[in-house]
Amino acid sequence: MNSILEIKNLVHAFKTRRAVDGISLNVQAGEIFAVLGPNGSGKTTLFRILSTLFLPASGMVTFLGLDLAKDYREIRKKIGVVFQNPALDLKLTVRENLIHQGRLYGLCGKDLGLRADEMLQRLGLADRQKDMAGTLSGGLKRRVELAKGLLHRPQVLLLDEPSTGLDPGARAELWNYLIGLRRTEGVSILVTTHFMDEAERADRLVILTQGKIAALGTPKELLQAVGPDFVEIISAEPAALAEAIRSRFAWRVAVTARGVRIEHPGSPAFAAELLAAFPGQMNQVTFRKATLEDVFLAKTGHAFWEEKSV
Amino acid sequence: MNQGMLALYTLWLRELTRFFRQPSRVAGAIGTPLIFWFFLGSGLQGSFRMPSAENGLSEVSYLQYFLPGTILLVVLFTAIFSSISLIQDRNEGFLQSVLVSPAPAWAVVGGKVLGGTTMAVIQGILFIAAAPLAGMPLSFGMLAGFAFALFLNAFALSALGFALAWRFKSVQGFHAVMNLVLMPMWFLSGALFPPGGAPAWIRSAIQINPLSHGLALLRHALHGHLEAGSFLLSFSIVAGFGLFLIFYSQWAAASRRAGDVL
Repeated sequence: MNSILEIKNLVHAFKTRRAVDGISLNVQAGEIFAVLGPNGSGKTTLFRILSTLFLPASGMVTFLGLDLAKDYREIRKKIGVVFQNPALDLKLTVRENLIHQGRLYGLCGKDLGLRADEMLQRLGLADRQKDMAGTLSGGLKRRVELAKGLLHRPQVLLLDEPSTGLDPGARAELWNYLIGLRRTEGVSILVTTHFMDEAERADRLVILTQGKIAALGTPKELLQAVGPDFVEIISAEPAALAEAIRSRFAWRVAVTARGVRIEHPGSPAFAAELLAAFPGQMNQVTFRKATLEDVFLAKTGHAFWEEKSV
Repeated sequence: MNQGMLALYTLWLRELTRFFRQPSRVAGAIGTPLIFWFFLGSGLQGSFRMPSAENGLSEVSYLQYFLPGTILLVVLFTAIFSSISLIQDRNEGFLQSVLVSPAPAWAVVGGKVLGGTTMAVIQGILFIAAAPLAGMPLSFGMLAGFAFALFLNAFALSALGFALAWRFKSVQGFHAVMNLVLMPMWFLSGALFPPGGAPAWIRSAIQINPLSHGLALLRHALHGHLEAGSFLLSFSIVAGFGLFLIFYSQWAAASRRAGDVL
């Protein structure tokens, strides 16, 4: 397989803060690649660099065989970008948004009209094409954004937190569409997200923390490297409970966003032992498989939601 | 059509479509100056005395004197609203897509500035319909000269709005510029009072203010009182000012940002 994106030792700093701090990775053609990280991890800065908005401070980025620092105009023709903040003109109709977008890429006349119709049809927007973009629901607006991003037949689609503000139904629909798009059109997809369940649907993912790579691989590889089984206890005082468990048992214990997590396959006898040792201190005990949150905890030493932005 | 021109055309068309779909913007840009002109003009009418230094304007009433300055205010307001929409549009709007598209920077600047210019010209022409109310008959020749002066002013101020707004991340920051830079430039343009009666330091400020020269062109079109030499000077200053800002904006928009703006 050939790489569409090669990033070598990329650094980008704002004044003294290094938002992206020495990232190296490759993305293959036809891949769905997710960039997972909490707020302040550097994923939006990385997205802005790749979408050609920011000039990288140092390092080498080769995107579709072109040097991102120099040949960004050529790159722009070949990538489609969907922003986190809606990039629709709310005072224009759905169709007008597409027409203006197309002209920016040199499409015009009948070709543009046909292509716009095709995208409206494909995203199920044909009956809403005359509606003002401002009157659409969040899920429909995302579909218009996708139609805009794909209008000029890009080789790569970049999406920055596309699920933000979408309800679970619309999120599932978006991901089904992306997976279908990769299969039918062979479009490579790069998506940033802070939803771990979403990142698990990607072919490969990178986990960023404070501008650095915490983990990189397929979801399966990353999950196998931790756990694989955990017992999670929801408690009113997780820190105290974790300490108490550590002092009495030899299990590996960590505090997570929800409570206390023990590396243990779990069994009824184990649960009984816990209940006898710490009566009244546990609200809920769950036996579960590893998730990307466990990967994050294992690599960074702190819970995903606890990361402080630098 | 050339790809850059196609992008410029579509961005210009988008500005106009948005404008006509937001009647409140038209009301804001025309209404406030109209109220200013009518109330201030009527109120000061009796107290106003043209300084003898202002040759050729002695027959002009205050309502008439204040009219070109009010039209300059209409143009300024239109440019300001257009600049504010630039900041919003870049943060969460269509402009984000424009900036990652292959459209060249000159097309982005040109579409926006010519869009703002067109809106200002349309509003200025609507406003001049008020002239007969102030006892100023309109003729075809006068309207042609006025439209030309209006276009130059609208172009220069739209370019100024773009150049200033491009540096700002938030609309709040831009409000400060509007109140501390743009409005004082208008106050010191000779829009409200004739320079002849003002202290020397104000007269100097008016002399170096590009808006004064824009106003001089409008006043020339409506009152016809400027001698040829200073018309050429004012024309060169306004056109030069606008072109300089266009080139500056093009340069600013073309350079990829290394990070956060103001």
